[in-house]
Amino acid sequence: MKLALSGNEAAAYAMKHINPDVVPAFPITPQTEIMHNFAGFVADGEVDTEMILVESEHSAMSAAVGAASAGARVMTATSANGLALMFEIVYIAASTRLPIVMTVVNRALSGPINIHCDHSDSMGCRDSGWIQIYSENAQEVYDNIIIGMKLAEDMKIRLPVMVCQDGFITSHSIDVVEPLEPETVKNFIGEHKAIYPLLDVENPVTYGPLDLYDYYFEHKRQQVDAMWYVKPTLRQIFADFSKISGRAYDIIEKYFVDDADQVIVTMSSTAGTAKAEVDELRKKGQKAGLLKIKLFRPFPYEEVSEALKNAKHIAVLDRSLSFGADAPLYSEIKSALYNQNKKICSYVFGLGGRDINLEDIKKVFSEIQKLDNTCHDIRFIGLRD
Amino acid sequence: MIELTIIGRGGQGAKTAAQLLAEAAMETGKYVQSFPEYGPERAGAPVKAFTRIDDSLVRVHCAVNNPDIVGVTDPTLLKAVNVTEGLKQSGILVVNTEDSPEAIKKKLNFNGKVFTLDATRISIDTVGKNLPNMPILGAILKATDIVPLDILREMVRHKFEKKIGKDLTDKNILAIEEGHKEVKNA
Repeated sequence: MKLALSGNEAAAYAMKHINPDVVPAFPITPQTEIMHNFAGFVADGEVDTEMILVESEHSAMSAAVGAASAGARVMTATSANGLALMFEIVYIAASTRLPIVMTVVNRALSGPINIHCDHSDSMGCRDSGWIQIYSENAQEVYDNIIIGMKLAEDMKIRLPVMVCQDGFITSHSIDVVEPLEPETVKNFIGEHKAIYPLLDVENPVTYGPLDLYDYYFEHKRQQVDAMWYVKPTLRQIFADFSKISGRAYDIIEKYFVDDADQVIVTMSSTAGTAKAEVDELRKKGQKAGLLKIKLFRPFPYEEVSEALKNAKHIAVLDRSLSFGADAPLYSEIKSALYNQNKKICSYVFGLGGRDINLEDIKKVFSEIQKLDNTCHDIRFIGLRD
Repeated sequence: MIELTIIGRGGQGAKTAAQLLAEAAMETGKYVQSFPEYGPERAGAPVKAFTRIDDSLVRVHCAVNNPDIVGVTDPTLLKAVNVTEGLKQSGILVVNTEDSPEAIKKKLNFNGKVFTLDATRISIDTVGKNLPNMPILGAILKATDIVPLDILREMVRHKFEKKIGKDLTDKNILAIEEGHKEVKNA
């Protein structure tokens, strides 16, 4: 059944179908609507979730860590400054190997204060040990949350997952979404299996003890290993998901990339806009393509390297900056291509919600055709002089 | 793909109108997208809401800059906002005003199709309040045929009846029908 849902409503529906045990939440724009909708499902008895209304995001993530350690299936959501306030506990969730799924509705991290979309919030957490999946539209938000839950709880992985969507652009835009049957979702994600739950009082365990130079390093190494399993496991989950939904996904998405001369690499909603421009340029005979990065952590270096082997000119479009260094996505793509002699250029766009339209994308495709050497300076799209 | 912009004043229901149109179009098997412009909104300030309707998945996620259709829910906006900015030459403009379509055409120096109706009066007569979005919706359907009136009527009933009751829902539907009936074009 097709429904007209915003990205936030799609996220709330996914949570409803997952029916988590515990959801600690604190409101922040543009995420608030997810919890507003989900709280309705709780109040109407449509889920069995215990919702904990906390006094800050630091407490939201702390409660998530506590509940997940106790053995519960836990979900939450946040944006921007809320994620920043969680930051300390975000790392603890990952290093304690707790399979929490959190929707991040991407919003510019101040200042000056801005409520609109860019990826500066989740990019600040890219080294926190969380898996990060980025969504192009409301359908992907719904699907990625369900897929993310199964991935987080895989016995080889047991890591928290951030499912990101573009604030307002996706979160507050009505889109056509086909949710699955609740029963199908329930069977797909399966029973939650708690590992060493705190509530198992017959077998007491300790969480969060002091871990100094004797074992800390080994524990970090275990997080590295867990990340290693993500790509093959996620591929298997995508394959299983396509059987129940008819929707086929991969960790990267190639849109007319194989024979393309010019390729734009980007993430989230802008990938959709770029696909529409690729269609236009293909009609005119230009070999344009779009590579969408869906899984940002762990980063799919081999897949990107393979996908871009025929591309002549590459533009990487970032919706965030790393001041004094390469923009986050560009840095990864450049690294993936280190042994290929490619003409590649870094573009930054859309900070604080600045619109990026088809004309902007067209201009990038046209500019990069003329690249003769790797361009070293960041180019800004839609920036005033 | 059809792109539509509704220009209104905060509180007049521009977002609701754009969204209803999208949901009704979805019922006819179309793919849709609908979103408002989020700025520092407050009651009375000029606001915009957008709808895209297509036969296949709507992939673009940018603002609507060159709409096929523009609906204006308040006559005073004609002085405050350039309502035909970006509107296609062959586009359709639907305005809430007491003026005739010819007068608006001349005033705005616009050569596309212009439709006018006194949506303020219609909404006061039917709903009892200045909520011009419903008559404007009816007028847009008359001007464009993008969604059959029946389907929009059902959508409004389905979405509103639980929230605002049967009486007020009937009045809103009447406002749509009156807008559809009264709109004049040039």
